[in-house]
Amino acid sequence: MAETKILTARFDLPNSTSIDTYLKTGGYQALEKALKMTQEEIIEEVKKSALRGRGGAGFPTGLKWSFVPRSSPKPKYLVCNADESEPGTCKDRYLMEKDPHQLIEGMIISAYAIGANLSFIYIRGEYWYLIAVLEKAIEEARARGYLGKNILGSKFELDIIVHPGAGAYICGEETALLESLEGKRGHPRIKPPFPAVVGLYGCPTLVNNVETLSAVPHIILKGGDWYRQLGTEKSGGTKMFSLSGHVNRPGNYEVRMGYPLMQLINEEGGGIRDGKKLKAVIPGGSSVPIINAEEAARCNLDYESCQSVGTMLASGGVIVMDETTDIFETTFNLIKFYKHESCGWCTPCREGTDWLVKLFKKIKSGSGTQADLELIERLCVNIEGRSHCPLGEAAVLPITSAMKRFPEDFTKRVRKTLPVLQPA
Amino acid sequence: MFSPQTEAKIDALIAKYPYKRSAILPIIHLAQLEQGKVTEEAIHYIADRLDLEPVEVYEVVTFYSMYFMEEIGKYHLQVCRTLSCMLCGAEEITAHLEKKLGIKPGQVTPDGRFRLSEVECLGSCATAPVMQVNFDYYENLTPEKVDEILKNLP
Repeated sequence: MAETKILTARFDLPNSTSIDTYLKTGGYQALEKALKMTQEEIIEEVKKSALRGRGGAGFPTGLKWSFVPRSSPKPKYLVCNADESEPGTCKDRYLMEKDPHQLIEGMIISAYAIGANLSFIYIRGEYWYLIAVLEKAIEEARARGYLGKNILGSKFELDIIVHPGAGAYICGEETALLESLEGKRGHPRIKPPFPAVVGLYGCPTLVNNVETLSAVPHIILKGGDWYRQLGTEKSGGTKMFSLSGHVNRPGNYEVRMGYPLMQLINEEGGGIRDGKKLKAVIPGGSSVPIINAEEAARCNLDYESCQSVGTMLASGGVIVMDETTDIFETTFNLIKFYKHESCGWCTPCREGTDWLVKLFKKIKSGSGTQADLELIERLCVNIEGRSHCPLGEAAVLPITSAMKRFPEDFTKRVRKTLPVLQPA
Repeated sequence: MFSPQTEAKIDALIAKYPYKRSAILPIIHLAQLEQGKVTEEAIHYIADRLDLEPVEVYEVVTFYSMYFMEEIGKYHLQVCRTLSCMLCGAEEITAHLEKKLGIKPGQVTPDGRFRLSEVECLGSCATAPVMQVNFDYYENLTPEKVDEILKNLP
């Protein structure tokens, strides 16, 4: 087995961003086909494909689309989530840089399916150089009649606005993204109501990740069944994985869902750097539990298999750590990230992450005790499930999983003490 | 308040969105690009243009990490410190820059040419370690490469 290039098929072509290259390689044929289908038929095809949200949550895409009330008199919006900021993940960037028309075609079809006439690409501000790439592609598409009024004579109308963020991890959470797009601080909203019903400007809104939307033209053109059989029964299609850390060939690789994790590391990634042994892997971006080498050997890259070894596929950011890695240090690195990115709205997350950083600092300085490790565990219990949005949980999972799987990296840092008295 | 080019861009942004408040993030970016930081005058001006209270602009400016109300120097060296970059030697890059420039993260060189910052994940994990100089990415860094980059900045 090797890479299966569906979304990345055009990446190596010369001039891959131009509409001419795109049209020569089957581009915008899916749109022509979709405009002759009904909205229900399109949603049905996407449901059949078993495509699941590629931003991290893995929610079935077709189902999400079907939640948008198309009969609502309010305008509907489509928002492409390009706020890629999950540590370890750098795939959407290349999907936009190398094949912007694939995303645009996916967006037009998706907008047509839910009845949206205006859509946005919310792109993280650091990807500033991509704004010009996307805007050029949008202009090309408009000039050829794929965007604007009366698209390909169908009376369907759509425009795309590229909107830069300004540096906030939390804006990758869809309700925080909508707040930000409305011109406010990126504080997540209470769900329900879900954005499909009450989203941007209080109107029905569909928010999908770049990779999810980029898969749509392929599903429409070749059929949901075709896409599904590329992967496993429950996790259809291919997925891009960003491989980083201690490997010989870090990079973005597109493989079939269900591809063995170790094969990705050893074949695509060329194995562990300097001939060292594997110690740990974070398979789905920094927010998912870390696993050890034995678990990694049993893990395939699909939603179910990752779950069976106690972790998650999430965004597909595979971070590899060799035997020399100190898991205390890597965990400390991540908790600093979550403390910085906590939006400050709710107490468990804002105060909890701050307190965790202080405890890690204390342990690192050499004055930590066994009681501090127990306090870290209790703090994690009190953040998880008690925060306003999933960021609290995301901050905790890397810590609890690391302490469970690599306890020696933590205990060797602290002095033993008498057990802490627990309140009765 | 701003140059005619920036003013024209702001007008276009306000016209583009269904509700003009949505234009606030790109407008603050433009203001910072022109003035080197987000000034108090700019906050009042943007509030005026978007029919907001100044505090509503201020709270946005202070929420997002790419906006600065203090000096960021001519070149803002932003070294990614998050996990993938750390595993590939980000700490060494930061230490090298600290020594070379004689400043700590968060400080600006006395001549105002460089500011050094440690930033969170820049989405360039497969080409770690990485730094962004203003908006430009520099990837697969080594201390020697950093020297070369600084030397070639105009």
